[in-house]
Amino acid sequence: MAIMFRQETFRDDFTYRNSPANIHRFPFPFDRDEYAYSVNIEPHVPGRKGTIYESLIDVDEHYVAEMADRALVLKEDPLRYQALPHMMQAQWDVLELLMEQQAAGYPEHFSLTRNGDRWRWINRPLGIDDTFTFGARETLPYEPLEYIGRQTQGDLCIVDQRDNNLWMDAGLVTTQADWSLDFDVGMNFMEWHGPVPLAHGMGIFDRALKFLLNLQLGQPVRRFNWTMTVNPRLDTSPENYHKWGRDRTTVTPVNVGRKVHLRVELQTLWRLPRSNAMLFVIRCYLMSMEELVTVPKWARRFHRVLKTLPQELVDYKGMTRYRDTTVEWLSRHDDGAPTSPGIWPD
Amino acid sequence: MLVEGITSRPVHGGIQVDLFARRHFFALEGEGALALLAQAPALDEAFFDRCEVLYAAADAAGRGYDEALARLKPDLFRQTPTVETLLFRLRGCLSRATMGTRLYVAGGEGFIGRCMNVAAGFGMDAGTVLTEHRGSAARRVQCVHCKGITEDVSESPFACSHCGLNLLVRDHYSKRLGAFQGVCIDAEEPVSASRTPEEVFQ
Repeated sequence: MAIMFRQETFRDDFTYRNSPANIHRFPFPFDRDEYAYSVNIEPHVPGRKGTIYESLIDVDEHYVAEMADRALVLKEDPLRYQALPHMMQAQWDVLELLMEQQAAGYPEHFSLTRNGDRWRWINRPLGIDDTFTFGARETLPYEPLEYIGRQTQGDLCIVDQRDNNLWMDAGLVTTQADWSLDFDVGMNFMEWHGPVPLAHGMGIFDRALKFLLNLQLGQPVRRFNWTMTVNPRLDTSPENYHKWGRDRTTVTPVNVGRKVHLRVELQTLWRLPRSNAMLFVIRCYLMSMEELVTVPKWARRFHRVLKTLPQELVDYKGMTRYRDTTVEWLSRHDDGAPTSPGIWPD
Repeated sequence: MLVEGITSRPVHGGIQVDLFARRHFFALEGEGALALLAQAPALDEAFFDRCEVLYAAADAAGRGYDEALARLKPDLFRQTPTVETLLFRLRGCLSRATMGTRLYVAGGEGFIGRCMNVAAGFGMDAGTVLTEHRGSAARRVQCVHCKGITEDVSESPFACSHCGLNLLVRDHYSKRLGAFQGVCIDAEEPVSASRTPEEVFQ
């Protein structure tokens, strides 16, 4: 069934909304009523119809608008795309993977035809029909990662593997929760996670790294990460923090329902076949508190999670100024009833 | 955003010389001279015959470190008038360096960062360069907003020397840039709010 792509914005007048059907497929990340810090990695396998797991690279009603927002960010700040020179083979791996996955999941919107090295890629929602030579940079308008990244929802990082570590050596990052690719490019796994509180002492990154170094081809994995954002703004980059930071002071008991958004990252990791590097997709989903409470189970549970979140994490996630207002507002949607197991709506 | 104890912060393990190296390049600034001078009594002539020493006295001018280094009789000793000119010479040294060359860097935090940045440009892995912090803890900071680098930052917050935003100096460090990260500290406050800077990197 063809997706109805919305015309909407993630800046200025913020017309972004979720349709009722899209709310229902939102990846609500909490499987219990209190906050628990964990790596929570699981195999990224196709899931139920009508969920974000139906296809391994999810395309939804925000696709066209998100790609327009990404193009704006890249126009203003081309450094949001960076790739170290040794990553070219991995870039082609990523282009292949994302074309294959999107064409497989959404044949009515994307198609890929291969004739040896001559490939034809059709992206109907964006009106693209390109024929190029796989492996030949000059046959594409951009480097392969940027080319396919301009046509894929979610930030893309390519992580190189050497010396028993992972290295952030390429990326296209325009929807990030406050980290800078320009600053972090070239860093290893421990370094780019440097600013994350608490988890280092708990050994979480050591275990995660050990696990990821053994990631197998054809067996991608996934995990959730989450934060909150005032206004449905995709570009919450540190580069522009001096412009959007003030949004955090604008939350009031009256506007909290439509201003404050739960921001969930579905992170997927894929071993790449030729380069042995890894694709790290950080796909961002946004849902306002008003939209969230239309699912009673989520309203109850998110209220309880947010209330029990440790202060260090509240600060790290930048929620210090509006957490209490949000908890207060959510409390009106929590009648204290028990919630069912799992993350899906009842 | 105000988080302490960040693990990307560089650890400078000292420039204990590697006797297996065929060639030794020392890039030293100010008090950094002492990092080599302290080891000199245990090193022989054969070692110094394979040494190139670049030295910028900077804040330590007049303390005689330049003469002390010259007395070691390294194969090449060059004292440069500034850090910039030292980096120029360092590029020259590295451009003709061969396998088996070891690079040692000692001096202020900002100096180390700049040398690492040059070394990275020649494909030297940060893990193979030996570093030792001596002297000032003033930092080299990249403004995450305008990308401008401000040298010798000893206070936080400080005004970016390029765009003027008030920046908090985070402990997050990029070896590629050889710089710490500066992030606007008052983006969530009214324009009139002011903060008193504190000297923290001395």
